[in-house]
Amino acid sequence: MTHQEDELLPLSGIHHFLFCRRSWALITVEQQWDENIFTIKGHEFHKRVDDPFENQSGPSLIVSRSLPVRSFKLGLTGVCDLVEFHPSKDGVNLAGHSGLWKPIPIEYKRGLPKPDARDEVQLCAQAICLEEMLSVTVERAFLYYGKTRHRTEVSLDQQLRDLVTNSAKEMHQLYARGYTPQARYKKECKSCSLVEICLPTIQTEASDVKKYIQRFLEEDQ
Amino acid sequence: MKKLGNVLYVTIPEAFLSLEGETIIVEVEEKPKTRLPLLNLDAIVCFNWIGISPKLMGACVERKINLTFLTPYGKFLANVSGNIRGNVLLRRKQFALAESKEESLSISRNIVYAKIYNQRKVVERTIRDHSMVIDQAKLRDVSEKIKQSIQSAKDAKDTEELIAIEGYVAKQYFSCFNEMILQQKDEFAMNGRNRRLPLDRMNALLSFLYVLLANETRSALESIGLDPYVGFMHKDRPGRPSLALDIMEEFRPILCDRLALTLVNRRQISPSGFLIKESEAVLMDDETRKQVLTAWQERKKQEIIHPYLKEKIPYGLLPHVQSLLLSRHIRGDLPEYPPFFME
Ligand code: SF4
Repeated sequence: MTHQEDELLPLSGIHHFLFCRRSWALITVEQQWDENIFTIKGHEFHKRVDDPFENQSGPSLIVSRSLPVRSFKLGLTGVCDLVEFHPSKDGVNLAGHSGLWKPIPIEYKRGLPKPDARDEVQLCAQAICLEEMLSVTVERAFLYYGKTRHRTEVSLDQQLRDLVTNSAKEMHQLYARGYTPQARYKKECKSCSLVEICLPTIQTEASDVKKYIQRFLEEDQ
Repeated sequence: MKKLGNVLYVTIPEAFLSLEGETIIVEVEEKPKTRLPLLNLDAIVCFNWIGISPKLMGACVERKINLTFLTPYGKFLANVSGNIRGNVLLRRKQFALAESKEESLSISRNIVYAKIYNQRKVVERTIRDHSMVIDQAKLRDVSEKIKQSIQSAKDAKDTEELIAIEGYVAKQYFSCFNEMILQQKDEFAMNGRNRRLPLDRMNALLSFLYVLLANETRSALESIGLDPYVGFMHKDRPGRPSLALDIMEEFRPILCDRLALTLVNRRQISPSGFLIKESEAVLMDDETRKQVLTAWQERKKQEIIHPYLKEKIPYGLLPHVQSLLLSRHIRGDLPEYPPFFME
């Protein structure tokens, strides 16, 4: 299934979606957003990425920053932090450049690699966008972590690609229903920027509203 | 929890506010009077006619500082808000619940429970703290009647019946309000509750506090993404923030009534601070308004444990917290709306 222009969802949302579906829904479906210290630091990091690849564009490399991309197949649109184009025989023509080029997306992340695949999935979604837009296959992609100052190559295998496709599909389903999944309190909630909007504990701990009300009404009767 | 920032109340009708760097300049008749930093400001409430510069408005919108204009007498004029929380789905669900008789009744009933409970709490506290100097029998009688009304509220079959019960309780409650005035009794005695025009000092004081609370409740609902004009108990009426009025019923006794009694009983305000107009309407003078606003600010900083969330919050966040809980119910996260009971 392909999507129309006005159905595209933010690509970066797939990152939230894998972290917590509710957090994605609060941001995307309900348009709630609160900045906390982590997200603000994240912006700052992105703003002044001290960049080992600066000024490397030349005859054998084109560096494109903040490259807007989209995929109608995934129904996602977003911006790649950085895409390197390397000369390649099975690459594509690029406007304003001669020769054939192949894109390698590189995504910057503050902090350390995550225990789950959310960074990889976001990167892979970017790769799929680039493939669709440029009619080229993207074989290599990297994550760059601020804390370790290392690029790690991510293998864009079928399993990861399926995870991207399925997540995007599920995002569109939830979005169409306007549905926000229920909260389940977990340790990630402590550092979640939406915790004050989400109130994940109210459904687990103090959840019985009936009992709560009765406690007061029958206090001294 | 969200932090309770400071609120700037501009009570001088001739004031003009502008922004210079990160500083608000308050000018009166084109002479700078006050400067204060924009930082840590939660809201600006203007009781002035002259206004505020668009640049400062923009800065407020950007930083989510709520900016409201009231007339010098406290009537709502306008609110400046940017496109921050455009949650149309939540609003649709809110409208759907407001259309449904059962859902409206369920939410309204919980609100009324808390209102009645909190009113009774105010009476009970007076009995507990001042048993020597009050007409105990009278207060106990009212407290008992309020308690019995809880059962009637349980049995109410529709919102109309509920509103009637709520009205009955309010009448009982205000019938003993004078008993709870321990100092400056004659000057602050109230002759029933009059809404349209305050006809005595206590009514003037209460009305002013209710305006402050209504304004804060309205903007709390807005910032959560609910429509303050579509209520469950109060019927729609153009220009009336029905939902804000619904929700604030719970807080009135705790936040406004108790504060009014404290101000009078501790002689923090005096009868001479009120003007009695030719029409018998009573108005507060500027000095008294300032004292009330300062006390209001102080009261908002006092902390309580929210009995449902079991979290410590300042009183001033109650409108925000209850709006949030209401939105959780509207979205289906909570089976019922948990109102605020004063422990
Ligand atoms: S607080 Fe927890 S449940 Fe709520 S959005 Fe964040 S991670 Fe998800």
